[in-house]
Amino acid sequence: MLVNEDDILRQAEKWKREGREVAIATVVETWGSAPRPVGSHLVIDGEGNFLGSVSGGCVEGSVVTEALEVIEEGVPRMLEFGVADETAWKVGLSCGGRIKVYLEPLD
Amino acid sequence: MKLDTLAAMNAERAVRRACVLVSDLDSGEQRLVTEAALAEDPLAPLLAAQLRSGKSGMVESGGRRLFLTVQAPPVRLVITGAVHISQAIVPMARQLGFDAVIIDPRTAFATPERFPNVRLVPEWPDEALPRIGLDRYTAFVALTHDPKIDDPALSAALRSDCFYIGALGSRKTHAKRVERLMQAGFTEVDLARIHAPIGLPIGAVSPAEIALSILAEVVASLRKGDGA
Repeated sequence: MLVNEDDILRQAEKWKREGREVAIATVVETWGSAPRPVGSHLVIDGEGNFLGSVSGGCVEGSVVTEALEVIEEGVPRMLEFGVADETAWKVGLSCGGRIKVYLEPLD
Repeated sequence: MKLDTLAAMNAERAVRRACVLVSDLDSGEQRLVTEAALAEDPLAPLLAAQLRSGKSGMVESGGRRLFLTVQAPPVRLVITGAVHISQAIVPMARQLGFDAVIIDPRTAFATPERFPNVRLVPEWPDEALPRIGLDRYTAFVALTHDPKIDDPALSAALRSDCFYIGALGSRKTHAKRVERLMQAGFTEVDLARIHAPIGLPIGAVSPAEIALSILAEVVASLRKGDGA
């Protein structure tokens, strides 16, 4: 089972070398009771396969969707999720926390 | 992120070396600073502080928002002595995220029954230590009370750059130990690295309390630098 950040980043390198498109999401800021610490990673390939976690399951679906766009466009973007954000509420980050996720393509 | 950068991070991790990835979140620029190159970096104090905390985080520098991804190897705790205190240390060390290794050539002590679920090396330290390796992210603790076992291990630890060295024993025991190690060629400066009597002075009595004082001192050395 892939549980730690080390394995996830090693897998990202492996995927890229296999010729897959890859994006890396990193939790860069958290407020309140965010479920995953700053520095946590989610890696996503061009098919929408992903490893790791940035929120313990709350917003991964949304991050994966945006990751496919980031892979397409080749430009990093910052995502923000929190209870104040209606989208975040919809995707289920209802634990009272807010997180900022940096999403970048692996070139 | 460039594939080269990611590959370099993964390579550093594979050999248990620390590094910090500096990402400018506005421009998207990134660079990897290895621990070896950290001192010469323009952001050295900032990066060093972040690395010491062991956590990734956002910082501001010259009006730019930088994200520092800290990658530090897991701390290894190498202990000589499959003794009662070691039995108390193992579960606490696990909670702290330390990888513990117990070395003791006395096979009556070093049994899996006494030490389940931990790496146990029933060998002499001179044989075991070169294989295990003592690096910057290793803490070494001597607990046997037996100079035949502790002294060679302490010698190896003093020759390494492990971040913490501690040895069990009273001031009197330690004074004799210092004498022996000086005869073996170590200087006072070398020997000042040894925390002895071991552990923070919390008046520890039971093995669990002594384990707690030792681990607290190890954490202080890790997070605050030496002189803890």
